Amino acid sequence: MTPTTAGSRSRATAVARLVLRRLAFAVPVLFLVAFGVFLLAAASPFDPVYQYYGVQILNASAADVADVRARLGLDEGVLAQFWGWFTGVLSGDLGVSRSMRQPVARVLAERLPWTLLLTVTGLVVAVVFALVLGTVAAWRQGGWIDRVVTALGHALEGIPPFVLALLAIALFSLGLGWLPVAGLTDAGSALSIGQVVEHLALPALVLGISQSPWLVLHVRQSMLSSLSQDHVTGARARGLGERVVVLRHALPTALLPFVTLIGARIPELVTGTVLVEEVFSWPGLAAAVVTAATAVDYPLLAILTLVATAAVLLGSLLADVAAVLLDPRVSADG
Amino acid sequence: MRGRATGARVRARLWGSLGTLVLVVLAALIVPPLFGSGSTVHYEAIRLPPGWAHPFGTDSSGRDLFVRSLAGLRISLLVAAISAVVSTVLGSAVGVAAGALGGWSDRLLMRAVDAVNAVPHLLLGIVIVSLYRGSVVAVMLSIALTHWATVARIVRSEVLSLRERPYIDAAISGGASRLRVLYRHFLPAVVPQAALSAVLLIPHAVWHETALSFLGLGLPPHMASIGNILGDGRSAVLLGAWWLILFPSLLLVATTLAVSGIAATWRDRVVPRRRSELSL
Repeated sequence: MTPTTAGSRSRATAVARLVLRRLAFAVPVLFLVAFGVFLLAAASPFDPVYQYYGVQILNASAADVADVRARLGLDEGVLAQFWGWFTGVLSGDLGVSRSMRQPVARVLAERLPWTLLLTVTGLVVAVVFALVLGTVAAWRQGGWIDRVVTALGHALEGIPPFVLALLAIALFSLGLGWLPVAGLTDAGSALSIGQVVEHLALPALVLGISQSPWLVLHVRQSMLSSLSQDHVTGARARGLGERVVVLRHALPTALLPFVTLIGARIPELVTGTVLVEEVFSWPGLAAAVVTAATAVDYPLLAILTLVATAAVLLGSLLADVAAVLLDPRVSADG
Repeated sequence: MRGRATGARVRARLWGSLGTLVLVVLAALIVPPLFGSGSTVHYEAIRLPPGWAHPFGTDSSGRDLFVRSLAGLRISLLVAAISAVVSTVLGSAVGVAAGALGGWSDRLLMRAVDAVNAVPHLLLGIVIVSLYRGSVVAVMLSIALTHWATVARIVRSEVLSLRERPYIDAAISGGASRLRVLYRHFLPAVVPQAALSAVLLIPHAVWHETALSFLGLGLPPHMASIGNILGDGRSAVLLGAWWLILFPSLLLVATTLAVSGIAATWRDRVVPRRRSELSL
């Protein structure tokens, strides 16, 4: 057995252990979040019976209301209600969304793909911006590109995603008329790849740009420190071309903390997606959060919160696994 | 020292931020009371573009956007400042408790912090305001209950480093009780860090409130916060009234950037990578 396969085998078990440990952490966290959200709901002055009846509650007799309460299980204690909901979720019954008038599971299935499409495209945009602009800015430190990128980065950090989205709509959709304002397709036209790409462009760009400043500034920073490291000086001293020095020697060292940073920024990506989907009427899960919250659609809201939390935990897990696989110096037992 | 702005640039950032903040806050304090808080409706003057009579233009109900935005900024800043202080107090209490008690209580509290940080803040905030709809208190709670965890982490690590100092040992060997060490030695020592985090939190609190109000889940509609103004302006943009978005946003961005600029300068001065400890 060669040393490398032995090394990769121990690395694989290290990764497996990391995954297991994170899963062991994720289960109680998800349970805590679900329970916390349930407690918040139980403590709120909002009464689901009023929502069940709507205006009709004014005409309903007290006996009918009590009957409905019993049928909806509202008379049981908070813990009993939570347990009923929790065991239901574990057995695959996610409940029924009142605002969408569909089972929650179907809302997830219909909307998740669109959200994934938007977030993944947005993230790719942000990462490409970060790598290209951050590298160029660090390579020509102090030059005009560096100054523009740094200034823009700091300014963009202060602009909330929905402001960026509204300004982009005002400029590109209404002012210049290049891209559609909102939605997934033009009104009345069928779902086609061309239509979706056209409608995806602006939201994905806005999402990507709103997420990019932290990434760009980070890549610039770690490129600066990696450009001054010994092995880069060594590569320069051996007379290697600038392209090879920057892309093959400096960049890989700078990339490792970048991977971890991407994982750590998933919460902001989710926040950005909520706002961008809402502004662009994108039919994804994040826009459903707003619909559910406006209608106090509790079953849907709780599941969406759990999905977002799971996404955050998964994102940081993937980033850490990538860090372990990419860099032999990283220990998986951290 | 790499990564920290130096010399002239630090001064430029500080004075620029201070100047912007003073200007904006003064305007927000002085202009709305003088010009009737911008809530007077004029249906003969709806969506007027910016001009001499209305520097920022008027909105869909003919209200003057300049006065209204400043009044909104006032509300947004007030809500943000109060929630930032509340979440700092909450986070400091948890952080000091976790750091000072150690052991199981520390582990439990920190897992709670991890759990809160694992939920995207805006989403948890949306859940909170949707259940306690339409009140200022709900918005403040939504900010405070999501942002305390960050403060708790900072304060805890500060306490952990304090625990190793000789003067704490001296206090304990002098017979100080646990509570006394907590009140007389840990709490005063974390105040600078906590105050700094409160200021660092203000821009985040403003964004949180603005986002909630923009989505229609935040402050009640009659309170002209920047988020409510932007939310109202959304449909007007489709009619070409770009100023309804541009000017309130610029005001919001300038203010939050100014606050972060001041906080960043302060942080670089207060925490110069703990150089004092190295030289001891």
